[in-house]
Amino acid sequence: MTAPSLLLRHSPAIVGVASVIGLFAAIEGLIRASVINRHVVPLPSQVLLAFPRVIAEEDVLGRFLTTAGEAAAAALLLAATAIPLGVLLHRTQLICTAVEGWIAAMAAAPLVLIYPLFLVIFGRNALTIIMIGFAAGLAPVILKTLEGLRATRPVLLNVGRSFRLSRAQQFWKILLPSALPSIFTGMRLGLIFALINVVGVEFLINFGGLGQLINDLAERYDLPAMYATICFVILVSVVFFMGLEHLERWLRPRQ
Amino acid sequence: MAATQAIGSAPHRRAFVRQVLVARAVIAVALLAFWELVARSRLLFEGVVPQLDVIARGLGRLLAAPAFYTNLQTTAGEVGTALIIGGSAGLLVGLVLGANRFLGRAFEPYLYYLGPTPKIIFFPIMIMWFGTGPGSKIAMGAVSCFFPVALSVAAGMRQIDQVLIRVGRSFRASSLQMASKVYLPAMRDPVVNSFRLGLGVAVIGVLLAETKLSNRGLGFMVIDSYSRFDMPAMYALLIVIFVLAVGLNAGLSRLARSGNGARASAALG
Repeated sequence: MTAPSLLLRHSPAIVGVASVIGLFAAIEGLIRASVINRHVVPLPSQVLLAFPRVIAEEDVLGRFLTTAGEAAAAALLLAATAIPLGVLLHRTQLICTAVEGWIAAMAAAPLVLIYPLFLVIFGRNALTIIMIGFAAGLAPVILKTLEGLRATRPVLLNVGRSFRLSRAQQFWKILLPSALPSIFTGMRLGLIFALINVVGVEFLINFGGLGQLINDLAERYDLPAMYATICFVILVSVVFFMGLEHLERWLRPRQ
Repeated sequence: MAATQAIGSAPHRRAFVRQVLVARAVIAVALLAFWELVARSRLLFEGVVPQLDVIARGLGRLLAAPAFYTNLQTTAGEVGTALIIGGSAGLLVGLVLGANRFLGRAFEPYLYYLGPTPKIIFFPIMIMWFGTGPGSKIAMGAVSCFFPVALSVAAGMRQIDQVLIRVGRSFRASSLQMASKVYLPAMRDPVVNSFRLGLGVAVIGVLLAETKLSNRGLGFMVIDSYSRFDMPAMYALLIVIFVLAVGLNAGLSRLARSGNGARASAALG
């Protein structure tokens, strides 16, 4: 591939990156020209310089591990309960039809608002945070599991029947493998919802990992460090989402 | 759905629908009975799981209180303003990114990956920019709903029948005419759907911001009942908020029958 065509292919990405850099440069300029108050928006260069300080003094990596651990615990709970629940619902058509609408409604409700209730029940600790993450991911994982099981091609089921597979064999050899891509999608969504809510509740109840750090820095009015930590959280989530997407693509069976 | 796969004839289907209704009633009664049992068992701390009649009385007290309606009005105003600001910005950006392949490829990845980040962490910034009053809550809601609206509108643009676009072009329609006569009418459902998603996250953004720092609104009432340990009031509030949110969502999805945007549904930060 020649250099110009390579440039042409990547030109949208280059324009995107250049615009982001340009935006930050413009903000830097406006603050230096005192158009934007630097006690409200710190200089982007200051924010950049605050990164090493935040990493060295505020134990960002340890806090990252705390947050990641809470999200992972919520994901494990989801995998252990929501997927089996989806499978059970798929088996009992009557109950499934009866409650599926309720589960979809639950997905639309602002569930994270029950965090004060969880504070009362579980106390102000990691369990509250994990349970909020779990509750947020519950509906999508159940619904995606159901969707995957239901989308199993009838031909495959008939092949299983013609081999006189038992119900368990039918499930392990045919239904589950066929539903796996959809279940993965569900788990990816569940994990994303869990992470969003874990960070959010950490911030709200001022407890735990990265979310608490932002709250802390805001209360100390350490603006550059606060903006740097917010950038760090965004960076971590974006890397995490990209990683999950690649993982899903890699795991999906080639057709 | 599942019912129609297995059951063919109309009488059978009707019988199945009746069974489903019965099943729903049985499950609901069983859940309520279980709740009452837990409440009476005294296994949990006193008051954490109040008996049903206590919650019902809390609900009655809440709905009879004038303070509830002024707070509801505050929150509804904040969510509505957030939806207008964030939604119209999202609509504009979505239209531009969806119509122009180059800009879409340049900027959509940023929206796509920023979409699912937890928005509430921007709240300290919003307080500094817009103050501790309703301004910062509106900003939270607007930022939250911008992303799903923009992404889902951009995705909807790309699904428009190309024939319609070619007809518009052959009539030499201007960009404004293309937007108002071709794109927007063809996209009614994706747009309504995107606002449904946007409304959901705007409600979350506003209410969470209210629980963190405010002295008005339903979110404030929730956190206030927590700090007073008034559990019946908290349950009543949560019930009312969930019913309102789910009802609004159901109403809007009835407006737009087609579901779109697996991409956008992941953007509910």
